Amino acid sequence: MAALTPISRKPLSLVLPTVAVAGAVAGMFVGASNGSVVLGMLGGAIAMAAVASVYITILKNEQYARWINIIGSGLLGFLFGGLLGGILGLLAGWFFAFFIYWMYEGRYRRKLLPYMTARQVFWHYAFRVICGAIFTFLITPILVVLPLSFNAQDFFTFTPEMLRLDPEGYSLKHYRDFFSNNEWQRSFKNSLIIAPIATVISVSLGTLAAIGLSQSHVPGRRLIMGVLISPMIVPLIISATGMFFFYSDIGRFLEGTLGMNKNFVGYVKVVLAHAVLGIPFVIITVTATLVGFDRSLTRAAANMGAGPVKTFFSIQMPLILPGVISGGLFAFITSFDEVVVILFVGSASQKTLPWQMFTGLREQISPTILAVATILVVFSIALLTTVELLRRRSERLRGLSPA
Amino acid sequence: MRALMLIAPLLVFVLLSFVIPIASMLFRSVENGIVSETLPLTVEALDGWDADGDQLPDEAIYEAFVRDMVVAIEAKKHTRLGSRLNYEETGMSSMFRKSGRALKKLNPDTDGPFKDQLIDIHDGFGELQTWRVIKTHSVEVTNGYFLNAIDMQRTHEGAVSQPEDKQILVKLFIRTMFMSLIITGSCILLAYPISYLLATLPMRVSNLLMILVLLPFWTSLLVRTSAWKVMLQQQGVINDTLVWLGLVSDSARLIIINNQIGTIIAMTHILLPFMILPMYSVMQTIPVTYTRAAKSMGATNWTTFWRIYFPQSIPGIGAGSILVFILSIGYYITPEIVGGTKGVFISNRIAYHISSSLNWGLAAALGTILLGVVLILYWAYDKIVGIDNVKLG
Repeated sequence: MAALTPISRKPLSLVLPTVAVAGAVAGMFVGASNGSVVLGMLGGAIAMAAVASVYITILKNEQYARWINIIGSGLLGFLFGGLLGGILGLLAGWFFAFFIYWMYEGRYRRKLLPYMTARQVFWHYAFRVICGAIFTFLITPILVVLPLSFNAQDFFTFTPEMLRLDPEGYSLKHYRDFFSNNEWQRSFKNSLIIAPIATVISVSLGTLAAIGLSQSHVPGRRLIMGVLISPMIVPLIISATGMFFFYSDIGRFLEGTLGMNKNFVGYVKVVLAHAVLGIPFVIITVTATLVGFDRSLTRAAANMGAGPVKTFFSIQMPLILPGVISGGLFAFITSFDEVVVILFVGSASQKTLPWQMFTGLREQISPTILAVATILVVFSIALLTTVELLRRRSERLRGLSPA
Repeated sequence: MRALMLIAPLLVFVLLSFVIPIASMLFRSVENGIVSETLPLTVEALDGWDADGDQLPDEAIYEAFVRDMVVAIEAKKHTRLGSRLNYEETGMSSMFRKSGRALKKLNPDTDGPFKDQLIDIHDGFGELQTWRVIKTHSVEVTNGYFLNAIDMQRTHEGAVSQPEDKQILVKLFIRTMFMSLIITGSCILLAYPISYLLATLPMRVSNLLMILVLLPFWTSLLVRTSAWKVMLQQQGVINDTLVWLGLVSDSARLIIINNQIGTIIAMTHILLPFMILPMYSVMQTIPVTYTRAAKSMGATNWTTFWRIYFPQSIPGIGAGSILVFILSIGYYITPEIVGGTKGVFISNRIAYHISSSLNWGLAAALGTILLGVVLILYWAYDKIVGIDNVKLG
């Protein structure tokens, strides 16, 4: 479709005003930081229109124009705003060089249907800009946390040193604090104890149940499914309230009557509570994997004399493994990220990483939280990649999509 | 049969460690054995006393009360009873605590008559209201907590409204609903263009853009909440940027944290992926040929969108909206951190009653009401979308 649309050069009467508008927007930011918005907008509009008309009518060479624009604007930025200004200037120069010729050569129509009217073309790009803004909204909080965690000061905002990209303004001290502070280390360790055990429980029980649920005649299937998924539907605060009452009774029974170690009982309570919360995710992902499962494979195995256990481990298990693992990852992240229930059920010695962050945010807010946040973001990127790879592998195994 | 055996371990586990706790919460919201257990003789004796009249109980009731209290003080139960009654009538807790020492010295068999002695020990025993409260709350199964949860109280004259200054819970319920609606609405507004874009772009590009949606989805909730706390502060990133741009003067920095705006912004961001994912999966199934057909028959862009595309995308909007609404009315962490006092939800009140005021019965009643609302919405979700169609990632 792309090659169908012929492109032609546009008249200056269209190009210059458009470029001027873009220049005005850019000028607004520059002007605002220097005192006058209106002046900045006017200056930006005039400057960009002038530059564009010079490139188009006098220079007539796109390559030269691009490099002149990038380097010139980078230099200007560097002179006025230091290193960061230079980088912004380079980016702006690249963008405007691209934008001027994109407009002038009519490239903006290249990938669109030939019969689209000017207004449709405009809306097409306006829509893209809106979507870009929403994507920015989605991703900004995460992107803001990353550089701030390297702040050399104990502030939650960008210091002038950081904006100048001065190495002095950056440090690893919040990371050092995380790795040397006992409170943080203990909570990190607790998270690493509780989440895996809870995951193992929910994955093993959940996979068995999902296999059971996927068989053809299960009486009361909908009801059972509803009960098993309910931990995901009931708001956490309600689950936490219920578990608070219930587990404090259980805890008293285990400690008082059976004389168990208080610390151990605390862990048992938290692990059980988290295991329940992870179960719906395992059930959903594993049943989804089992939907495409070819029954004749198990029958063939049985036909050749394999018992149900053997069939399960050598035929069914390898095929549904991707689903099981991604269910397990969901369960793990649920427990690893959970703070409401543990706040109610756990005691101070079971303090996990999210709990520590929560108290940190509520009481003595320290920038170490941002370092932890960054580590967790990296961690979640790793998890996201794993789940995606597993999903692709599972689809390939089940022949749902071509490799 | 084998299928059931495979399911059984998990079902038992979930029933034991999830369904029973929830049931115990429901039970606790009506359970009220403490008065009749601690003061059995008094409750029996109060049976014959007319709470609506203006006569104090007679000597027999005072004697029964002393007998009960001596036993209760021995077992150190009287302060618990005091705090229970304090939820209904302020001052009861201190009255029970203070009079405890004096009551302990009394011997029920020899030291009578008690009426005047008790009134000497604490004026409260000479007030009608004290005995009315004890009589009203002596039932084993009470609707008192539920009445409290909707800003009413159980009195000797039946259910009446709480005094004006104590009516906060209904307001809080309404605020929770209202803010959840706003959050759902802004999620629809933001998610619709994104999902449309993702559904219409070529697979390769949309998969790449999908990362921008899934990354926040997978990032720890605490991380996103702390990011918003950092960004929304008075000296935070947003205000700093606005001041730097000159859009806001340094002295008039926006107050966007610790109020409703903060909660709405942060929760919209946190719940947005839950709206995008169902919308996207519905929009993906809308054939592009329909809109082309409409256009070829002369429909304008707007008509094509409004009459052809939009109606087909409604199931996605419905599924996403109910999901986001269910999630947001039960949210606790984010409002607690960025909501201050004005931007909190009913769940923060539940947490307050569990951990600070220790009025567990009221917390359970509030939780039960919230659970009821969620179950109704969930039932609607099941009708519209089906539980089996819940998709993750």
